[in-house]
Amino acid sequence: MITQFSGKKISAMLGILPQLVSNFDDEVGNYSFPTQQTMRLKKVMGYKQHRLAAQNSTVSDFGIYGLNYMLQNQWMKKEDIGAVVVVSLCPDFFVPHNSNIIAGKCGLNCDVICLDVAQGCCGFLIGLMQSFMLLDHLPNKKVVLINGDVLSHKISKKDRNDYPLVGDAITVTVIENDDDAKPIYYEMHMDGSRGNSLKIPAGGFRMPSSSETAVMKDLGDGNFRALDHVHMEGSEIFNFVQTDVAQMLLNVFENGSAKIEDFDYFFFHQPNRFMLQKLSEKVGLPKDKLFMNLVENYGNPSGASIPLTAIHNCRESLLTKNNHCCLSAFGSGLAWGVMFMDIGNLNYCEMIESNL
Amino acid sequence: MDEKEKIFEMLTELRPEFDYKNSQNFIEDGLLDSFDIVSLTTMLEESFKVTIDGMSIVPENYESVDAILALVKDSKSVG
Repeated sequence: MITQFSGKKISAMLGILPQLVSNFDDEVGNYSFPTQQTMRLKKVMGYKQHRLAAQNSTVSDFGIYGLNYMLQNQWMKKEDIGAVVVVSLCPDFFVPHNSNIIAGKCGLNCDVICLDVAQGCCGFLIGLMQSFMLLDHLPNKKVVLINGDVLSHKISKKDRNDYPLVGDAITVTVIENDDDAKPIYYEMHMDGSRGNSLKIPAGGFRMPSSSETAVMKDLGDGNFRALDHVHMEGSEIFNFVQTDVAQMLLNVFENGSAKIEDFDYFFFHQPNRFMLQKLSEKVGLPKDKLFMNLVENYGNPSGASIPLTAIHNCRESLLTKNNHCCLSAFGSGLAWGVMFMDIGNLNYCEMIESNL
Repeated sequence: MDEKEKIFEMLTELRPEFDYKNSQNFIEDGLLDSFDIVSLTTMLEESFKVTIDGMSIVPENYESVDAILALVKDSKSVG
């Protein structure tokens, strides 16, 4: 899909972090690999510390916390909200849906559209796409887009491929109509034939969770996981980013629709420092405008990675001026996309912590 | 020190428990996993002042010292 949206803008961004910080140094002993080998990854991959949600905290808990924070601090009124879109891989239940739970707990009106979208790494771009389309039918309303996951609950602590990089966090983004907003370029690609590269095998209807799916096993690479846990084929994902994602970016910058030097910031999904470093080298992106520091500060929070990167690195700039931004995400699905959008002069932009 | 010895030294620093000089294929013999390859890539880049293309970071380019040296020589110099 390649398209363009018009008359839409982001007016507020909120990041919500769990308070619990876990340090990579303290986790090294959990893995079945030599300590010296594992410690080398600290610098290369950007493993330092990550945020973990409390054991019983869910995405809806964070969403309720964030939306109530916005309402209580008068970022907007309840009656301004036309839709709540939740993009996450972590539903509280199969039914009811996280968006309905959040809207109900926050006391929103019954004419507010509630929509859950199951997407991971590309969740922010998919969520913006959905929000823009809804706003075409909600001329005087705002859409509340909630992104993020508590995937640490689904990753083995003995899996060095995945555990050091995961981070739990949620973002809430407010999107609204604005006739003066510049056109937004959007491109999204999906290849379901490679979906098994990033998978949680058990827990759905195909393979319900059971005592058998909870058994931890070494699947041949020295990492211990259960079928209930995230399984990532790291080499396949790395190659995917170096081929499909790099080519998409090279094409979009080479076909004349945009010049790299025209952008103020490149807010990309945050898998790890090494992968982003190699992607930036291949595409020729400026290192001072492409942030690679989310994993070392918070971990990779899946679909919340792009807005969290923006808030962490550029809060003041997002509040005080207009910024021409290139957003790009890639991962589960497989899916990969890019969006060019001006973000700035926000009414509100903040990072907060909760005890969730 | 010649370039091959330099690479052997890096490998030994990376995984001191293995004898790389007596291996015909580091990957098949289990002497390098994917994370070792990532770490070795950054060591090679720093030591030889090159940038290794992401698409070249595949196991077959790391299966022997000759293959690794060829990879370094095919890579772009930095600065």
